[in-house]
Amino acid sequence: MTVAGLDQIFVTLKDILVAHTPAPLQTIVGILITIVPIIVIFPALFAVTTILERKGLGRIQNRYGPNRVGPWGILQPMADAVKSLTKEDLVPRAADQVVHYLAPLVLVGASFLGFAVLPIGRNMTAVNLDAGVLFFFAIGAGTELAVFMAGWSSRNKYSLLGAMRAIAQMISYEIPLILSSIAVVMIAGTLSPTLIVERQAAFSHGLAHWNLFTPWGLAGFILFMIAGTAETNRSPFDLPEGESEIIAGYFIEYSGFKFALFFLAEYLEMFAVSGLGITLFLGGWSSPVSFLAWIPSWAWFFTKLLALIVGFIWIRGTMPRLRMDQLMNFAWKFMLPMTLVVIVSAGIWRFLPVSFGGSAALGGMVRWLVCALVIVVPYVIFARMLGRGNHIEKRVYRFAE
Amino acid sequence: MLGEGILQGLMETARNFFGSYIEKDRLTTVQYPEERFELPEASRNFPFLLYDGTDPDAGLRCVSCQICEKECPPRCIHIEKSKDKKPDFVGKQQFYPAVFDIDVSVCMSCQICVEVCPFDAIRMDKVFELSTGDRFGGLLWDKHELSKSNEYYRQIHPVEAAETDERRTKEKADAQAKAIAAAAAAAAKAAAAAAAPPSDASSNGAAHPNPSKPVTQ
Repeated sequence: MTVAGLDQIFVTLKDILVAHTPAPLQTIVGILITIVPIIVIFPALFAVTTILERKGLGRIQNRYGPNRVGPWGILQPMADAVKSLTKEDLVPRAADQVVHYLAPLVLVGASFLGFAVLPIGRNMTAVNLDAGVLFFFAIGAGTELAVFMAGWSSRNKYSLLGAMRAIAQMISYEIPLILSSIAVVMIAGTLSPTLIVERQAAFSHGLAHWNLFTPWGLAGFILFMIAGTAETNRSPFDLPEGESEIIAGYFIEYSGFKFALFFLAEYLEMFAVSGLGITLFLGGWSSPVSFLAWIPSWAWFFTKLLALIVGFIWIRGTMPRLRMDQLMNFAWKFMLPMTLVVIVSAGIWRFLPVSFGGSAALGGMVRWLVCALVIVVPYVIFARMLGRGNHIEKRVYRFAE
Repeated sequence: MLGEGILQGLMETARNFFGSYIEKDRLTTVQYPEERFELPEASRNFPFLLYDGTDPDAGLRCVSCQICEKECPPRCIHIEKSKDKKPDFVGKQQFYPAVFDIDVSVCMSCQICVEVCPFDAIRMDKVFELSTGDRFGGLLWDKHELSKSNEYYRQIHPVEAAETDERRTKEKADAQAKAIAAAAAAAAKAAAAAAAPPSDASSNGAAHPNPSKPVTQ
């Protein structure tokens, strides 16, 4: 099989399958063949991620992690699945039954919809929307609704507290999330994820045109991933769950399969945000260097996704949970101005000449340095301002000593 | 600078992650059912009854004084005294427990029964894998389930057992010495009575079991 054939294997398979179905069913079958793999692969990835996360966190804390179910514990996700499916599904008597029932479904639905616009390979976008990025963020807001539905309908003060925290956090961090992707949209000149990836898939001097390799793209990617971590309620931004203070936050009253759905949705959101990060900054399905371009596009996408998941796990194993005021200060006093700076830097990048004094290399370097400076100087200023007044003094006990 | 500490933290966790694959002594987890800790000497779980020798019925130290039953804070001990008596380790006739039950589902492992027992008959055990399917009968231990030999006690609590054994050997030796002295005194008394039946004063002096005692006082 040729390299191009392997790259397009799923597209070809779909075309063959659709061609062999009766004509009236072709549309339905085509849609199903597009959707079912997404619904199968990402939950499968969720199972892989849970075991990776538990093993990884274990090693980070000098433990073994789960090692009882199957060889090296790799069948642990199955044991977890059986456990959550067989557990009793409890609904509090005072809960709003309908909303309580709908919340996990809405959450999982909204999380799955995000994958519709992500190009997971060359010609492998489920729905090729012109305003795909916009669609992604619009659907992302649906998760906030589901979280608040869960928190409100449980009629439990902890779940309500968790939901309030979640709403405050998700709305605050949605702004830097969107603003940091605006820089990419500005440069690419399109809202279509497919086109954004195609713009990054070109090579010059053997290096791909990823947005990550530009100063505004690097800063934008870091800001995007921080905001994405907060958006998906992952550590260190897991205040809405906060096991040690509000037990499990908005899904405290959920058990059994519904709890598993919340868990699934959380990871799906993480994959979706990582997927969008890959699409916007890491060149989607494209290879970073031209000599590796023979690796199939979908393999690149999932390799990058796994790398980002490992990053998420690493961050989770490293950082303690933020306090609410720290979270808000960080969002509004640092993330928001920094994303605006990134937009300015991207604008400067767009309009600076590529060649300087007739030399393309010098011009590229000058452009890079100027744009990096535009980001670094405000970074230092905002970091100083954020750190001001935060000095913890040694507490003196007047009477105890 | 903002972010510096985060990078330091990430380095630290990365060092832990890779280090745990290279240096085995980083992983302190004991893989429990396969590997086990040696329990410390002072560890304790539930009480058991001690017996001397090999026969639990004959050698049981408990004399059914019921002090532990009365002192037990959660009242998990149930004792029924025997009607007859049997000789204890020094040969004295004592009651023994006809029934001695401990409900370990109630026991709180406080060791008060051990503290109050004047006969060294009850001690704390180290066994902890005691799960059972029968939560009533399986957790109500009778005399036979509770009886364990002194050899076992020496194994699980060597220091305590040595101390108890030493004390009991001394008690036994004292009792034997006392019995010999008493026997000798009785023999002397009988001899004196045979030699001089009318003299009261001399027979009293010879019959005193410990003649040196007034001198030391």
